[in-house]
Amino acid sequence: MDPARFTRVDATTWRIEPHGAMRVPAIIYADEDLIRDMDDKVYEQAANVATLPGIVKASYAMPDAHWGYGFPIGGVAAFDPEDDGVVSAGGVGFDISCGVRTMLTGLKVKDVLPVQKSLAESLFRQIPAGLGSTGAITLDAVEMDAMLAGGAPWAIERGFGELRDLDRIEEGGRVADAMPDCVSERARQRQRREMGTLGSGNHYLEVQAVSQIFDAAAAGVYGLAEDDVVVTIHCGSRGLGHQIGTEYLRDMLGAAQAAGIVLPDRELACAPIKSDIGQRYLGAMRAAINCALANREILGHIVRRVFAHYFPDRDLSLLFDVSHNTCKVEPHTVDGKNRLLFVHRKGATRAFGPGHESLPPALRPVGQPVLIGGSMGTGSYILAGEASGEQKAFSSACHGAGRAMSRHAALKQWSGRKVQDDLAAKGIVVRSPSTRGIAEEAPGAYKDVGAVVAAAENAGLARRVARLRPLVCIKG
Amino acid sequence: MNASPVARWENFPHDADVGVRGYGRTPAEAFEQAALALTAVVTTAEIEPATVVEVKCEAPDLELLFVEWLNAVIYEMAVRNMLFSRFAVDIEGTRLTGCLWGEKVDVTRHAPASEPKGATYTALKVAAGEGGVWSAACIVDV
Repeated sequence: MDPARFTRVDATTWRIEPHGAMRVPAIIYADEDLIRDMDDKVYEQAANVATLPGIVKASYAMPDAHWGYGFPIGGVAAFDPEDDGVVSAGGVGFDISCGVRTMLTGLKVKDVLPVQKSLAESLFRQIPAGLGSTGAITLDAVEMDAMLAGGAPWAIERGFGELRDLDRIEEGGRVADAMPDCVSERARQRQRREMGTLGSGNHYLEVQAVSQIFDAAAAGVYGLAEDDVVVTIHCGSRGLGHQIGTEYLRDMLGAAQAAGIVLPDRELACAPIKSDIGQRYLGAMRAAINCALANREILGHIVRRVFAHYFPDRDLSLLFDVSHNTCKVEPHTVDGKNRLLFVHRKGATRAFGPGHESLPPALRPVGQPVLIGGSMGTGSYILAGEASGEQKAFSSACHGAGRAMSRHAALKQWSGRKVQDDLAAKGIVVRSPSTRGIAEEAPGAYKDVGAVVAAAENAGLARRVARLRPLVCIKG
Repeated sequence: MNASPVARWENFPHDADVGVRGYGRTPAEAFEQAALALTAVVTTAEIEPATVVEVKCEAPDLELLFVEWLNAVIYEMAVRNMLFSRFAVDIEGTRLTGCLWGEKVDVTRHAPASEPKGATYTALKVAAGEGGVWSAACIVDV
């Protein structure tokens, strides 16, 4: 994008002044290079979101923003139900509650290297990944309802997880007010055999080494030291979330029209929060959040089992589990007034700063862990939420590197086998059912995650705590 | 099913996902071809048209019907764990009946590269172009 299209507020704040039907400005947090590399569609989509009823303060985009559906991926927008605010299925996305969890292993790189390849093979065999894979659990109708209402505690009650994990998961592993009744039979069918599966596309499981510490105090609180080994899982609510997203997006098209909401883009389909369909979507979406939280808890359990085989005296503990495709009801202070807002984060991570009451006491002094997935070759980051993020973007930060290139272009440029060999030469073992999938997710197809997190830090959204480099990557 | 001379399909790029487009003598044929483009998002390996599955869907206009059609195919792929290589579509007004021929996913043989989540309204277009050739396209979230 041409930076001249924006009002530049400071080095990392770029403002689109309200024009046309925009009710509020749009603000993108990024450095100048990231802005130049961003697709013009991000400008258009961030501006479009600003036209929706009841939007509060501004339509925001994070430093990793790219062309999404209706909302940009990396988009954040809050709506006030008392001001005719809306809820948007497109503003949450198809993969509801897609997110990241990172587990501490208590191991050092030197402990893992001797078994790196066989550990990769075991994880690849134990974690169902990609189309055509099914989990070990089949849900009947009663268990499906229990899972949709129960979230991670449901998984733990059935032996797939540990109670101590719960305070390290947003909302204690279970979001309230889920309405399983609002989840269709088709969505349930898509999930029957998908619990404990990783999915495909950009979803992955990685064994990672802490390669750099930026903030020693916060790293200490998080339990991270250089050369420590951690496991990170990136996935979401699987087929159930996809089906809910698909169905409510369709139904909200008609609902928006009926409510007299002019949509600049069909993908922005939304409904008033105070409407029947708005409430039904929120109930179904929360059930999908619980599904994602249960799913990641089960995957974490499988990882623990595999690690216990290789390292029987070690015990994996959860650092944090955070979702980046959600709509959540949160109290925020706007112009000195407390308001209960419906905050949409589409490809954006909630990033509460130090002292936030929702954080477990152990993490409260330094702020919420913000887990940022990079690409297979370049590594990932752990950030900590900053208090200044509250006023900047309703306590939100980036979620990943963001693609720099389409899958199409990546396939033309790289062969999956070569990518795998090149990464192996760098000490990264990649396992996937598809070499083409590896090519589509090649490191070069992603933006420089380092630039993205530096921009998030400079913008005051979250600060860098640690950088992680992959040792093993399981791609769906 | 006996493809006309103009029948063909293609994938086109999107930042994070992928586009599917089919061409045909009629909207129905364009829909069938686009479904082949959807399969190509997952695999280019050969798929045996061993089993047939029937789907029905409905939408207020042709473009929304196209999204419904692709979502119906995605649903059958997901719940049956199948891939499809032949499609027959019949459209009457706002109603569509489709037949999908395919087989169960064989991870080794098909090496599925991705798993479509849903068809989107992005870059959605169903229209007759030059020489009356219909095209049907949208972005699929993977």
